[in-house]
Formats: sequence, C-alpha cells, structure tokens
Amino acid sequence: MHMLTGIRAIVQKDLAAEFRTRELLSSMLVFAVLTIIVFVFAFDPTKAVIRQVFPGMVWVCFIFAAVLGLNRSFVSEKTNDCITGLILCPVDRSVIYFGKLTANFIYVTIVEIVTLPLFAVLFNYKIPLQAVPALVLVIFLGTLGFTAVGTFLAALSSNARSSEVLLPVILFPVTVPVVLGAVQATAAILSGALTAEWVSWVKILGAFDAVFLVVPFVLFEYVLDM
Amino acid sequence: MKEPVNTPSLTDRVLGWGTFLAVTVALYLVFMWVPNEKIQGPVSKIIYFHIASAWLAFFAFFVVMVCSIIYLKTKDLKWDIISYASAEIGVLFTTIVLVTGPIWGRASWNAWWTWDHRLTTTLILWFIYIAYLMIRSSFNEEEKKARFSAVFGIIGFIDVPIVWMSIRWWRTIHPNIVSSGGFAMDPSMVQTLLVSLGAFTLLYFYLLRKGILIQKMRSEFELLKQELGTGR
Repeated sequence: MHMLTGIRAIVQKDLAAEFRTRELLSSMLVFAVLTIIVFVFAFDPTKAVIRQVFPGMVWVCFIFAAVLGLNRSFVSEKTNDCITGLILCPVDRSVIYFGKLTANFIYVTIVEIVTLPLFAVLFNYKIPLQAVPALVLVIFLGTLGFTAVGTFLAALSSNARSSEVLLPVILFPVTVPVVLGAVQATAAILSGALTAEWVSWVKILGAFDAVFLVVPFVLFEYVLDM
Repeated sequence: MKEPVNTPSLTDRVLGWGTFLAVTVALYLVFMWVPNEKIQGPVSKIIYFHIASAWLAFFAFFVVMVCSIIYLKTKDLKWDIISYASAEIGVLFTTIVLVTGPIWGRASWNAWWTWDHRLTTTLILWFIYIAYLMIRSSFNEEEKKARFSAVFGIIGFIDVPIVWMSIRWWRTIHPNIVSSGGFAMDPSMVQTLLVSLGAFTLLYFYLLRKGILIQKMRSEFELLKQELGTGR
C-alpha cells in the first residue's frame, strides 16, 4: 500500500507540473501530427499500399513521439537538482521508477488517443469496430513495454553529456521485440485475421513487458545511485 | 618509479604462443587438409571463420554480462575493465560475422542478405553492443561509466533471447525464401571446425588480456596526467 501511495504522489507531481506548463505534451502531440503529415507526403494516401504499411506508420509515429517524451522524463528533473530531492524521498527506488513509468505511459496514451483517429481520417482508413478491443490490448501492451524500457534507459542516459542523442540509440535495439510484435499484431488485427494469428504476438509482448517490469526492481537502484 | 606494466608476464607469453600455434594449425587444416564442400566449393571454407567468430562473439557478450553482475555486486573496477575489453572484442567479432555472412550467402544463397532470424538477431545484437560502447563513451567519471554500462550490459543480454524469439516467429509467418537447414558435415569438416573454435577461443583470451592491459595503461596514464597537474 505504501508503494502505491508513493507512485501516486510522483504521478500527481509529474502531471501537475505538466498540465501547468504543457510543454511536453503539446510538443509530443504536434510532433506526432507532423509525423502523419510526413507520411502523407511520403506515401500517396490514395494508393492501396497504405493498407499494408498503415500499422507500421502508426507505430513509428507512436514510438517517435514517445522518445520525445521519455527524453524529458528525467532530464527535466535536473533543473534545480530536483532529482536529488526525488532520490532523498523515503521510498524504495523502484517507486520512483514506477511513478515515472506511469506518468510517461499516460502521456504516450494521450498522444495515441489523439493521433490514431487522425491517422484513420487522414488516410481514409476504416478501422473495423469489432477489432477495437483487440487493438486496445495490443496498443496497451506495446506502449507499456516501450515505456517500461524507455523510462529505465531514460534515467540511465539522463546523466550523460548528450542524453537526447544517446537515448534513441540505446533504446531502439533493445525494444526490437516490442516494435516487431506490436506492428505485426496490429496488422493482423486490422486485416481481420483469426485470433490465433495474433495471439502469439500478444504473448511475446506480454513476456517482454513482464521481464522489463521485473528487471527495474533489481537494477533501478544502480541507475539512480548518486 | 613503478615497474612498467607493459612487460608481458609468463601467462601472456604462453597464451600468445599457444594462440599463434592454434591459429596456425587451424589455418593449415582449413586451407590444406579439409576437403571442399561438394556443392559450394572453396567458398564453404568461410564457415570455419564465420561460425568460430559467432561463437566467440556470443561468448564475449556472456562474459560482459557476468562481469557486469560481479561489478555491480563488488564495485571493483577490475570487473568493469574486463567487461569493456570483452564487449569490444564481441563487437569486433560480430562485425566479422556480419561481413563473412553475406560473402558466404552471396555464393550459396545467391543473395547478400536475407532477413532470416539468425542474421537479423545478429544484427540487432551488434546494435545492442554498439549502444553499450556508446554509453561508455558518453560518461567521463569512471564510476558512472562502469555502473551504467554494467546495467546496460545485463539488460542487453537479457534482451537477446526475446529478440531471437520474436524474430523467429516473424520469419515463420512470412514465407522463408532461403531454407535455413544446415548441410550434413563430413567428420573431417567437424574436426576442422572444432580446432577452429578452439583456436578462436584462445584468441579471445589473448585479446582480452591485451584489452585489459591497454585499459590499465590508459588509467595509469590518466593518473600520471593528474599528478603532473597538466590534465586536459
């Protein structure tokens, strides 16, 4: 119970700071929409090929926007040395991790909720209504996996000289299974494939999420050590 | 005045000559003794280097993970130096795998590259450890560099089986153009491969010791610079 209170406090702090300045969420949203525009120019939205590359475009957009947010997650705590205050909190280090993870997850989810309908509208792509529950599940698992590793590595890279450049380079290779699983599952679901065809991808996403939610319990204390 | 560190110890000398001998024997076996593979011809000899390099790279990354765990437990920089040297060797030999693979692939599959699960996993592995080396170069303080790279060394190694699984599943859904079945090997080929693996393992330990020595010299050099007060 103590852990949950700690997590909630950190999430509230992050969200309160964010909704006062709105600097992170607004740039993530604008960036995500710009990505869609770039895709519209890169792939002619009237061509049939859109149906095949649509899941990939959606996830590229989500992931790029997520990296933008993750980059700021711990770097913003460097101002006035807030990170020291956070570390001095009388809670386990993993509480800080899960608090930050939840905040990041909320940001990315907001971006996804806004951009996915925009994708469908701008590419004139009809998302079948019965596919929505499965789609929500895959987006949830994919986002969780990506932000779980992302939050961890963002904390690690925030100490580096050029953390904005370092994070994507160390994050993308590690999250290959998430990207692959999320894109493949989304493609199968959107094309109306049988459940058996995408359920293995959900399993891989679930396994990845489980592993990278447990690892920080052991390793996060080394990342935040002063 | 301290004893200079660059005089090779007995272990180094034995290891150096042992490696030289083993590599010579392996080269003789590969180029003079073992018969060519029937269908592929001389190009098939590349497997003795390709497979041995892959083995060496995986072994090196395993050492990185083990030494990273020991470093986080003991905070002894000695282990950090070993994992750094091992990661460098691992990246070097993964590069060799990625270069020799396409050469062989071009000859036997008629394609430089296919997104086969082994090739793709090796490529991702290469990127993960490039990231490891980049983390090392982005920190100045020894302690931070060691701690963060150790954490990433563990994460990277945990990630590899998941990458492997997901990519294999991806390739089984899509039709595989190239059948990934190996070819039956003649006993002489197996023997040559084993000698080659042994020689590469010795080479790994030789390079590892050299890498550790270079690291020690580097940190000694840094210390001397600080003592002289002409740092930077």
